[in-house]
Amino acid sequence: MNDILIEAKNLSMFFPITKGIIRQRRIAEIKAVDDVSFFVRKGETLGLVGESGCGKTTLGRCLMQLIRPSSGEVYLEGENLCNMEAEQLRLIRQKMQIIFQDPFDSLDPRMTAGEIVAEPLRVHTKIRGNELKEKVAGLLRVVGLDSSMASRYPHQFSGGQRQRLGIARALSIRPKFIVCDEPISALDVSIQAQIINLLEDLQSEFDLTYLFIAHDLSVVRHLSHRVAVMYLGKIVEIANRDALYRVAKHPYTVALLSAVPIPDPVVEATRERIILKGEPPSPIALPPGCNFHPRCPIGIEACREEIPSLREIERGHWVACHLA
Amino acid sequence: MNCPYGVRRESQKNMSLLQVRDLKTYFYTDAGVIKAVDRVSYDLKEGETLGLVGESGCGKSVGALSILRLIPNPPGKIVGGEAIFEGKDLLRISEDEIRQIRGNRIAMIFQEPMTSLNPVLTIGLQIAEALELHRGFDKKGARGEVARLLRMVGIPDAERRINDYPHQFSGGMCQRVMIAMGLSCNPKLLIADEPTTAVDVTIQAQLLEVIKELTSRLGTAVILITHNLGVVARHVNRMAVMYAGRMVEVGPSVEVYAHPRHPYTIGLLASVPRLDQPRKERLVPIDGQPPDLIHLPPGCPFLPRCSRRMERCSVEGPELREVGRDHMVSCWADID
Repeated sequence: MNDILIEAKNLSMFFPITKGIIRQRRIAEIKAVDDVSFFVRKGETLGLVGESGCGKTTLGRCLMQLIRPSSGEVYLEGENLCNMEAEQLRLIRQKMQIIFQDPFDSLDPRMTAGEIVAEPLRVHTKIRGNELKEKVAGLLRVVGLDSSMASRYPHQFSGGQRQRLGIARALSIRPKFIVCDEPISALDVSIQAQIINLLEDLQSEFDLTYLFIAHDLSVVRHLSHRVAVMYLGKIVEIANRDALYRVAKHPYTVALLSAVPIPDPVVEATRERIILKGEPPSPIALPPGCNFHPRCPIGIEACREEIPSLREIERGHWVACHLA
Repeated sequence: MNCPYGVRRESQKNMSLLQVRDLKTYFYTDAGVIKAVDRVSYDLKEGETLGLVGESGCGKSVGALSILRLIPNPPGKIVGGEAIFEGKDLLRISEDEIRQIRGNRIAMIFQEPMTSLNPVLTIGLQIAEALELHRGFDKKGARGEVARLLRMVGIPDAERRINDYPHQFSGGMCQRVMIAMGLSCNPKLLIADEPTTAVDVTIQAQLLEVIKELTSRLGTAVILITHNLGVVARHVNRMAVMYAGRMVEVGPSVEVYAHPRHPYTIGLLASVPRLDQPRKERLVPIDGQPPDLIHLPPGCPFLPRCSRRMERCSVEGPELREVGRDHMVSCWADID
């Protein structure tokens, strides 16, 4: 049990929808994250996949306490983050950092690359002056940038280089845990592999633990030790990488895997595909029973009424489906 | 044999629908001239699906927009070349003539369905516009045809949804509306510019299936622009790979995937993880950064990132040459 670095217990994040200007009445809520429990072990990468709007980014931000969750707990090395005050949280953020999806929006255009990477060090440490400069130069080299680039501004970098800057910034205060929120989705195909390799190298060099959020299932398989699949705010399946990709148990995971086109026309010509009907329902008006039942190709009567809970059907393989 | 019509039909089937030759589209900016499309040539047969692959900024969209003369001028300008479609050079005909072709003979689907539909007009009115303009429908008749088109692309409850506005549709449904609009005038050619980049994989699968099914039924040729190598593998007969405004490799997709001959294509295919193969310990990326189109090196634009560079590459840029049946590559190196 001690090898668990971060754990979420019954974590929920409901965003209220209000009506009225003076007296705001709560008319509904969006269940972005709904009663989610999981853990990430030290040194491991947990991949988190799901389609847009399924709550994976919200889940990442709730772990970081960038959004305070509506209910549930998050434990980082045994400490509950959810009832911490802002000042305590500020200190604990030295242990956890985040890399954002869009390398164009997540860097301040008025700061130089050096200032961007130095900022966490200024906030959390007393390192200043030449020592700080050297440290920043070192960090830039670690992520594959030239240390002479420290005086440049973000617009002078390409997308891949900016993402390297974002990684250097996250790395600067030597965190234990990094939430990678779709770090490669905005990058060109030929650059994606560079960043994936960099993330892997850094993990082994600095003993990092990742939550890797992505929608590209082939990339997630490459990077993750374990994988969690989300659908409409709930984790529907969580398992070791090989188990999930070889014998996915949840019909949504199966459909998701079969929808990924494979870059080989010969393979594609013979591959069978499950094309899901319809689209995900609105997270405001969720269907009764299993969230997935309106699109499920194998659903039964019970799926319309009863919400399936996440059960362990094999060692380490959890599925939320009545039929698994 | 003695039926001239039969012979003609047969030969027409193999005739090229669109011939693009030496297309050049440049953008004149304060920072310098961007050669977004530089001497691009390709052929498209009737009913064929051509995949145009490349990374952002490689000129694949600009190349397609140039054919319909939809390049904003200034700063953009079609500097040279020709695009022969049904015997006419699209780059030289009058503005009135090209308007008869846009949306009618050649239709286009854009990447962002939400921003390419007009938010203050109902879906029905927007589709009917093309029907009234090109197919001579009156307002009443168009309504029935719009409903038929919406049913054709799989929009449930089509009659009622004609009066809905774009914001009442999801992203996937909006893209279906765009497909209905694109196919409304039975075009000979449909240009789909990253039609599924903005949607999720399960919706992507649905949309591509709709496009494939309908265009093969209507005999429409398709230019599918994408950066997703998986999508190309599934939906395309012939593909063209672009890099820095140039065509670097063209060929039947089965051939190009099995025997890529250009170092860029080889690198691209090697760098993506594949679900159907055992997990690799390490990915093999293409080194370096995407090209800066204003400061391209002399000679081959891929040179700074190429693993097979030779002295010759920095002196003169390679031209497309035939390396196999219908398979062309622009590279000096002989790669098998």
